[in-house]
Amino acid sequence: MTVLTFTLIMILGAFLAGFIGSLSGLGGGIIIIPLLTVILGVDIHYAIGAALVSVIATSSGSAAAYVREGITNMRLGIFLEIATTIGAVCGALLSTIAPTSFIAVLFGLTLIFSAINSLRKKEEHIVLESSPLAKKLRLNGTYPSHDGEVISYGTKNVLGGFSMMGIAGMMSGLLGIGSGAFKVIAMDNIMRIPFKVSTTTSNFMMGVTAMASSVIYIQKGYIEPGICMPVVIGVLFGAMAGAKVLVRTNPKKLRIFFACLIFVLAINMIYNGINGKI
Amino acid sequence: MEKSKVMQKEKFGEKDFQTIVGNLLRYGVWISLSVAFVGGIVYLMGHHSDIENYSVFHENDRNIFEVISTIYNGVIQGNGESIIFFGIILLFLTPVFRVLLSLFSFILEKDYLYVVITLIVILIILISVSFGFSH
Repeated sequence: MTVLTFTLIMILGAFLAGFIGSLSGLGGGIIIIPLLTVILGVDIHYAIGAALVSVIATSSGSAAAYVREGITNMRLGIFLEIATTIGAVCGALLSTIAPTSFIAVLFGLTLIFSAINSLRKKEEHIVLESSPLAKKLRLNGTYPSHDGEVISYGTKNVLGGFSMMGIAGMMSGLLGIGSGAFKVIAMDNIMRIPFKVSTTTSNFMMGVTAMASSVIYIQKGYIEPGICMPVVIGVLFGAMAGAKVLVRTNPKKLRIFFACLIFVLAINMIYNGINGKI
Repeated sequence: MEKSKVMQKEKFGEKDFQTIVGNLLRYGVWISLSVAFVGGIVYLMGHHSDIENYSVFHENDRNIFEVISTIYNGVIQGNGESIIFFGIILLFLTPVFRVLLSLFSFILEKDYLYVVITLIVILIILISVSFGFSH
């Protein structure tokens, strides 16, 4: 394939990945990797590098809006970034020595986990009392609801959430993904933070987490400009288009459809990984 | 009365800070992508009919400063790939600026616990950069 053909296919594919990623709530990075490896035959290391670049672009872009609206809990984000950055550095170092087939299988399993997680019912739960450690770290906060009301919330189980964030960071460094699913579980299920706050804070943290592993990626040659450029542009515009559609449609049926699609891609990656084709 | 005034001021500061961080993230992304896009056009003009070879991974082991100086020289010579890479580096720097901005804001707020927490995050990023020296 010539570079021009490849670039055009990439822009189109990345646009679709960003679009699906934003509609399904999975993020563009996690879909771009199987697209590049399974369908276009790109080496998984380049795919991981390109996904990481697109994760930084889309997360910073959407975090900008949430931060301005005051939904993001910046203290919580910065505190948990200690865990995600340590995890990310470990994960990135691990990815340089782990066999490709291991990465492919692990990625497939993460994909399945994230797809199932995106179908989970999201209920808004608010705890008012914070745990003593959360009080000390001032992790409680407020956020504006739809009708402009200010809602206060407390935070529980800081250590549990912190450890889960370490794992989220490691997956991010190892696979080049934002690992939003792991981050939301840490904040939502373990620390009992309202869903709206946990998703936006997770988004806010992705840039720094990805940055921590990006240096190692650059040094190892994962970042290939010829692949990253079309991918990042396609994913960003796809994500923006997805966000526009999301406002107008009920994503429930779409989510089930995409979850099935992603499940097929995941099985494909695991199969190819075991057979050593990736 | 004095107290409520102070509180109001603090609240204003927080809102202000949110706007600055929001703007930094937004403009950071657009500036870096524009640079990468220009680089992409330059790259495609010179290499559009080359045959890609992305199915084989060429592992590198260059430290980050070596990479940056190669990019710097490439950008001066108008090399498309280097310009794309420069845009990507700008994109990576956006969250770093955000962390530095948070550090600054916590210092202004005299929130020393969070000054320390932010410094730890910066230290981890520096350690990850210094892994380059060990190679």
